[in-house]
Amino acid sequence: MQLELRGITKRFGSFTANDRISLKVEPGQIHSLLGENGAGKSTLMNVLFGLLRPDEGEIFIDGVVTPINDSGEAVRRGIGMVHQHFMLVPVFTVAENVVLGFEPKKSFDRIDYRAAAADIRRLSQEFRLDVDPDAVIENLPVGLQQRVEILKALSHDAELLILDEPTAVLTPQEIDALMEIMRSLAAAGKSILFITHKLKEVKAIADVITVIRHGQVVGTAEPSASESELASLMVGRDVQLTVKKSAYDPGDEVLEVRDLVVLDDRGLVAVNGVSLDVRAGEVLALAGVQGNGQTEFVEALVGMRPVVSGTITLQGRDITNLSPRDALDAGLGHIPEDRQRDGLVLSMSVADNLVLNTPRRAPFARRGTRNLAAVKENAERLVREFDIRTTSIEAPASSLSGGNQQKVIVARELSRNIEFLVASQPTRGLDVGSIEYVHRQIIEHRNRGNGSLIVSSELDEVLALGDRIAVMFEGRISGVVDPTTSREDIGLLMAGHTTEVAGV
Amino acid sequence: MSDVIADDAVPQGSDEPVDEGPFWTRRTSALWVRYTSSSPIVIAALALFLGLVFGAIIIAATTPAVLDAWRSIFHHWSGLPVAIKITFDNVGAAYRAIFTGSVVDPQGFWHSLTTGKGWPNTLTPISETFTYATPLVIVSIGVGIAFQTGLFNIGANGQAVIGGIAGAAIGSMLHMPTILHLPLTLLGGIAGGMLCGAVPGLLKAYTGAHEVIVTLMFNYVTYAFLLYAVLSTPFQQPGQSNDIGRTMDPSAILAPLFGVKSGLRVSYGVFVAVAVVAFAWWLLNRSSMGFDFRVTGANPAAARASGINGRRVIVVVFLISGGLAGLAGLVQVASTTHYVDGGFLIGNAGIGFTAITVALLGRNRPMGIVWAALLFAALGVGGRNMQASTGIPLDLATVIQSAIVLFVATPVLVKEIFRLRAAPTTSVQLATKGWGS
Repeated sequence: MQLELRGITKRFGSFTANDRISLKVEPGQIHSLLGENGAGKSTLMNVLFGLLRPDEGEIFIDGVVTPINDSGEAVRRGIGMVHQHFMLVPVFTVAENVVLGFEPKKSFDRIDYRAAAADIRRLSQEFRLDVDPDAVIENLPVGLQQRVEILKALSHDAELLILDEPTAVLTPQEIDALMEIMRSLAAAGKSILFITHKLKEVKAIADVITVIRHGQVVGTAEPSASESELASLMVGRDVQLTVKKSAYDPGDEVLEVRDLVVLDDRGLVAVNGVSLDVRAGEVLALAGVQGNGQTEFVEALVGMRPVVSGTITLQGRDITNLSPRDALDAGLGHIPEDRQRDGLVLSMSVADNLVLNTPRRAPFARRGTRNLAAVKENAERLVREFDIRTTSIEAPASSLSGGNQQKVIVARELSRNIEFLVASQPTRGLDVGSIEYVHRQIIEHRNRGNGSLIVSSELDEVLALGDRIAVMFEGRISGVVDPTTSREDIGLLMAGHTTEVAGV
Repeated sequence: MSDVIADDAVPQGSDEPVDEGPFWTRRTSALWVRYTSSSPIVIAALALFLGLVFGAIIIAATTPAVLDAWRSIFHHWSGLPVAIKITFDNVGAAYRAIFTGSVVDPQGFWHSLTTGKGWPNTLTPISETFTYATPLVIVSIGVGIAFQTGLFNIGANGQAVIGGIAGAAIGSMLHMPTILHLPLTLLGGIAGGMLCGAVPGLLKAYTGAHEVIVTLMFNYVTYAFLLYAVLSTPFQQPGQSNDIGRTMDPSAILAPLFGVKSGLRVSYGVFVAVAVVAFAWWLLNRSSMGFDFRVTGANPAAARASGINGRRVIVVVFLISGGLAGLAGLVQVASTTHYVDGGFLIGNAGIGFTAITVALLGRNRPMGIVWAALLFAALGVGGRNMQASTGIPLDLATVIQSAIVLFVATPVLVKEIFRLRAAPTTSVQLATKGWGS
């Protein structure tokens, strides 16, 4: 299917989310829509999928003006959407989810599961989307759940697939698999509109790249364009993609973890005898596919999850099983994995969020009464120093973009004289500009001679930040390697091979 | 109504005040945006208005004279003006009765002002409103503090009962000078409520028992205890076989502000309420502890990660909430009857239940609660006058109260009815949500 958008404009009040956007997707083409968070990508997709009505502009399908008034119409016209957050019923099987709303019927209104399953097998085969029709969604890994979403779109005879940030939730291996699927779909003549802000993926898969910024198309690019070209087009200024580090000069051991065992929420062993050391002036990057115990490991470090056995020592002091309060006071800084859940109170002001874990510390309070002048002064200083973009320090944290929300947390943690920084997925979901900024702050913290542990499932981040890289697999450390190690070898460690097998 | 505040008065989509033109148009447009935007105060005011409109419809639909008048226009349309007049007369009379019964009767006021006589009579309505509002403010603030922490204290009524019993016991069974007796009585009320609030607090903090169930059920325990207390020695009024407790010593009561002779019941309890409002304002807006409360209420996960001890917060909040409820129960006893009986705060008429809606209407903020409590007290007190003078049942006041709360609880509905734009501060918030990827 050939799809063309001409002059699409969508306004929300005085804000123009999409400003005369035009682009064209040819049959069998993978068209990348690249832009920072808030650039207007999702708005455009919602317009295309009939969830929002454009104020101006027209949509052409195969050269014919086709107004799309609701998502049902979009589906009938052959547009399929794979949302960033899956729209699946967790307790239903793959087959049930795929036919949901369009169930094939037998007599007496019974659903014909056999027909449904056969249909899925046919589509699976045709596009190499291997998935068991009888598996229950909640038992499937995220990558397979996404395949189900794609299958669902294909089962409605989609000719154009919109993939909205499809790689955000995937492991590196799953990303590779997805790319394979996208290629085979394109080869079968399907058009793909691929929305992302990740440069590597765009370069790897796209046929054509359209970059949007502030709701406008700022240019198109060939996949041969360099990453820094794409980044500066996307951000509107030159972006430093690599972080400048001072020479690696580790000092004494600051953090020592010995034989740590931690359970997950279901009471199963998530961290199984992990031992690690981090030195002063060093970033230890903890790599690994999401869900191999990193989350539980970090929570145990910062006192949010009980340690079953083993010890954690910070500068010679045993901090095993401290309360979160005592862990914070012992000098641990924590940038949590889920910033909106654990790191911020979205309904409270930026100023309050900047003292969220130090409300009683001088000068922010005296004898139980808060010193709001000091809180305000602190906020004004940090907003300036850390370049937090907000309309006011009294604005609720929810009004900030994801990148600026993260800056609030980074500013709070790095400004309170911590001995050691623990950062979990510090740049997840952030745009290029914010990633650059957060990385620089972490490295500056290291350059001042402090120790840091950075947990990330993004290999790029691990390689950019780590002075040493520890890889975690199924609750154990499968290896600790130099950042000069090849991506393939680290990938093998992430898949559970030990150092010997991986050859490092 | 919606036409008056319709969007077309301001250019579509412009949330900002217009920066051009002479200053007075700028001022008005800024004001216009302010008062046509959905700020909480505007919503509350409009909800009050809608509640009164709703009440008016009920009055019209249940008053025989009004119905007869409207029925007559089926025979001949010329009856229409009369029907409208009768409707407005009846509704007007009802609302006038609520106003004169709860605030002031303008004629009586004028009379007192010009002749200097009859002040007690003139001031009785407003005195009654304050008498009812005083304990209501105190207990509602306790409920509001719990709400702000994300905790539901449905047991405020039972805590008020225990506070009332404890305070009345100290006030009647111990004997000492006022300077000691009154503070001790007040503390007894607080302690009784705290004790009663501690139970659900501890259960929630250490076993995870849901506080709604525990507090709700605990109300019944306290009622049973009340009946036991007022029917057994030593608390039962000596020489009585009825369910009446001992009468408090004059040294322990909250005396009428204007003396017993004035006949006005409004008491020194008002100052207790003022102190509670000041305390709550400091606690929620200025104290580190209140900051912990609000963080816990807004995001328990972040509270934990920030080192806030969730268990302690739960227990402390229930102690404060229960203590204030107990104090409210005591204030009610010490400024009105001076004894508790078997019917004390029983049932859904209890202030501890009204407090939940008052806290909601006041958005859990101390000053908001003061206004909401005064409104509810006025509707209750005025409603009684309405019943006496027009025959419209007191329940209508409850209907209006409920309708107001309903409209407050559904701001979307109010925004739709009046076509309000988003409040200027929140428009920024909306502007960044949900766009882009």
